[in-house]
Amino acid sequence: MEEMSKKDRMKIPRQKMPEQDSFERSSNFDEVNLGFTEELARMEALRCIQCPKPSCTTGCPVGVKIRDFIELVSKGDYLAAAAKIKEDNALPAVCGRVCPQEEQCESVCILGKKGESVGIGRLERFVADYERNTSGIRTPEVKAKTGKKVAIVGSGPAGLSCAGDLIQMGHDVTVFEALHEIGGVLVYGIPQFRLPKEIVKAEVEALTKLGVDFQTNSIIGFTDTVDELFSNGYDAVFIAVGAGLPYFLNIPGENLNGVYSSNEFLTRVNLMKAYKFPEYDTPVFNCKDKNVAVFGGGNTAMDAVRTAKRLGAKKAYIIYRRSEVELPARKEEVHHAKQEGVEFLVLENPIEFIGENGWLKQVKLQKMELGEPDASGRRRPVAVEGSEHLMDIDMAVVAIGNGSNPIIQKTTPDIEYNKRGNIVADDITMKTSKKGVFAGGDIVTGGATVILAMGAGRKAAKAIDSYLSNKEIW
Amino acid sequence: MYKIKHAEFLAPNIKKFIIEAPKIAQKRRAGQFVIIRVKDGGERIPLTIADSSLEDNTITIIVQGVGKTTKELNSLSSGDFIQDVVGPLGKPSHIEHFGTAVSIGGGVGTAIAYPIAVALKQAGNHTISIVGGRSKEFVILEDELKKVCDEVYPTTDDGSYGFHGFVTQKLKELIDSGTKVDFVLAIGPIPMMKAVAETTRPYGIKTVVSLNPIMVDGTGMCGGCRATVDNKTVFVCVDGPEFDAHKVDFSLLEQRNRTYRTDEQLALEKHECRMNNLH
Ligand SMILES: Cc1cc2nc3c(=O)[nH]c(=O)nc-3n(C[C@H](O)[C@H](O)[C@H](O)COP(=O)(O)OP(=O)(O)OC[C@H]3O[C@@H](n4cnc5c(N)ncnc54)[C@H](O)[C@@H]3O)c2cc1C
Ligand code: FES
Repeated sequence: MEEMSKKDRMKIPRQKMPEQDSFERSSNFDEVNLGFTEELARMEALRCIQCPKPSCTTGCPVGVKIRDFIELVSKGDYLAAAAKIKEDNALPAVCGRVCPQEEQCESVCILGKKGESVGIGRLERFVADYERNTSGIRTPEVKAKTGKKVAIVGSGPAGLSCAGDLIQMGHDVTVFEALHEIGGVLVYGIPQFRLPKEIVKAEVEALTKLGVDFQTNSIIGFTDTVDELFSNGYDAVFIAVGAGLPYFLNIPGENLNGVYSSNEFLTRVNLMKAYKFPEYDTPVFNCKDKNVAVFGGGNTAMDAVRTAKRLGAKKAYIIYRRSEVELPARKEEVHHAKQEGVEFLVLENPIEFIGENGWLKQVKLQKMELGEPDASGRRRPVAVEGSEHLMDIDMAVVAIGNGSNPIIQKTTPDIEYNKRGNIVADDITMKTSKKGVFAGGDIVTGGATVILAMGAGRKAAKAIDSYLSNKEIW
Repeated sequence: MYKIKHAEFLAPNIKKFIIEAPKIAQKRRAGQFVIIRVKDGGERIPLTIADSSLEDNTITIIVQGVGKTTKELNSLSSGDFIQDVVGPLGKPSHIEHFGTAVSIGGGVGTAIAYPIAVALKQAGNHTISIVGGRSKEFVILEDELKKVCDEVYPTTDDGSYGFHGFVTQKLKELIDSGTKVDFVLAIGPIPMMKAVAETTRPYGIKTVVSLNPIMVDGTGMCGGCRATVDNKTVFVCVDGPEFDAHKVDFSLLEQRNRTYRTDEQLALEKHECRMNNLH
């Protein structure tokens, strides 16, 4: 295969991701994408023309050496490829599944200019899975102990990646997590069918093996404050508590039974495993043969609506106030949702929930049209006069984003926060205004992506390491 | 895992647990609660911290076995373990010197009212406790309350002990007989709290209730615990659990607490069926 000319290689079509049949999968929680076989992976890798100045790497928020790892895949050296990715990305099995590649690396791939870009995400996923399934996640070398202790608050991708780097640098690391399980949004938000929990578990186990101490049921602010962490002997603190304050629509009827925030709906189903009720104790609204509407157009909305479908919803709708092109979700999620029978109602805005005996029965919608671009550069949706109409629904999920949870702010007022309650942190070092305290991930950026949170965690680790070896940071 | 140091029934179906939880014991203040998951696969339920001991590093919770999880919890004994205990959650009670304070507990609500009564007394209030129960055996913590309060009035619906009638009747009797009541705290079943709110409203007595909605995380992350107070949506786990009784929409709370009634019934039946097979 290696003999193939560049021209021939460019003729290879983009390899399709094998996936579960859309009808079958719409009623189970197994992973939708099945992953490349070795053959498919090598074929896809051969499509890469190995640009001398690869733009894909500039499209990656953490600068993964994409060309180099793909070359290793084309040669069949998958473990070396995994190691290459891990130089920059601590969680490739996760990112290969959930990154918005079409807006990042793949959007700038030269092949995409004329045809289809290289399937970088799929290759990343293949390589990481290969490593996990064959040799197990490689345990890197850990430097001699420095005797310094770091507290990490929150166990999402930012916290986990920071922990991984710091432990290798020889520091003692404790991760404090409010919930009873480790992983943040990766375990309570993103569903099993998109990111199997076993993958997160394997990452956490690998970190435990390296010596990271995980403390669940620890809400920093309540169980211990940030200042108490210092008095308990920690030398630095990394705050990675995520977003985690659900926005509601603030329309009448929102407290009716059957109206959920996406956080609650997804937490019940994913973290608490309500889809296995009564085997597991936590219930969730029984969607069977019901009409479910999810408000919003991001990944969270797609996850919620596809979850409702899997729980047996007769009709599952996405209701979004802009048009389809503005949907912020990953393209693959929109595509999968449609395949699974989700209906998209765009340019519609909810203005009232209507109930009967306390239970949701209808939603009043208003049609929208697109006006002038707003601050986000997207055209602003404007209500169409007199277009109100009713729709019958039994359950609603509000998935319009998250603000920042105020627990840290209330208990650590001497860190600088912006108007929206996000922690202000330096771009390069992730240091905050409080000495010894660093922050990264969604708590700094507002709801963003796994890769950005992961990247922030690694930047913080680097800076914390400098700080602990007495370099000037503040 | 959190070890149960001691467990005993206080009344039929109402059990007291002393649990090793050093961090929570140090931190907790009156009015705060914990979230418990009895075992892997279990649900997360909020329970108020009734007491704590700094010497023993323990917290006390008092549980009424109503649904599957609370019944399962009540089947545990000294030496057993609870999977997860997280806290202290919620805002501590707002305690000040009001003058004369009446603390009203209905059924297991007495357990929640107890630490607040203690704090009210410590703040210098003339503290009166009304302890309600369906019948004599459901009047709990009377002796403990007698140790700290200036006056304690047990009441029973059936007249088998103490004052014959509802807690609200006793409260009204106190007010009408000339006791100048400056503050009322009421904790118990929703209809009771609603009735207390209506009893004190005409007198303009400051009245506080502790709400018990369904919760998941207890940290403000899910919004499942939302309630309407003063026509605004609040998250009870972080904004409460205590609110001005005269501004709470109790019917909404009752309605939202019914969300999983059928599911709870199903889970309970399955659980009891399994328990019966074991015996
Ligand atoms: C449903 C859903 C789907 C998504 N899909 C995608 C996707 O496809 N692709 C993508 O790139 N991104 C996606 N995102 C966004 C992505 O998950 C987040 O940007 C990312 O997880 C942020 O990571 P983090 O480490 O900052 O925080 P989180 O993952 O939110 O983790 C924070 C952790 O901190 C804990 N915590 C909070 N407060 C405290 C405290 N006081 N003390 C201790 N612990 C605390 C929380 O319980 C949580 O476990 C999705 C988000 C959601 C909700
Ligand atoms: S229990 Fe989730 S926000 Fe209160």
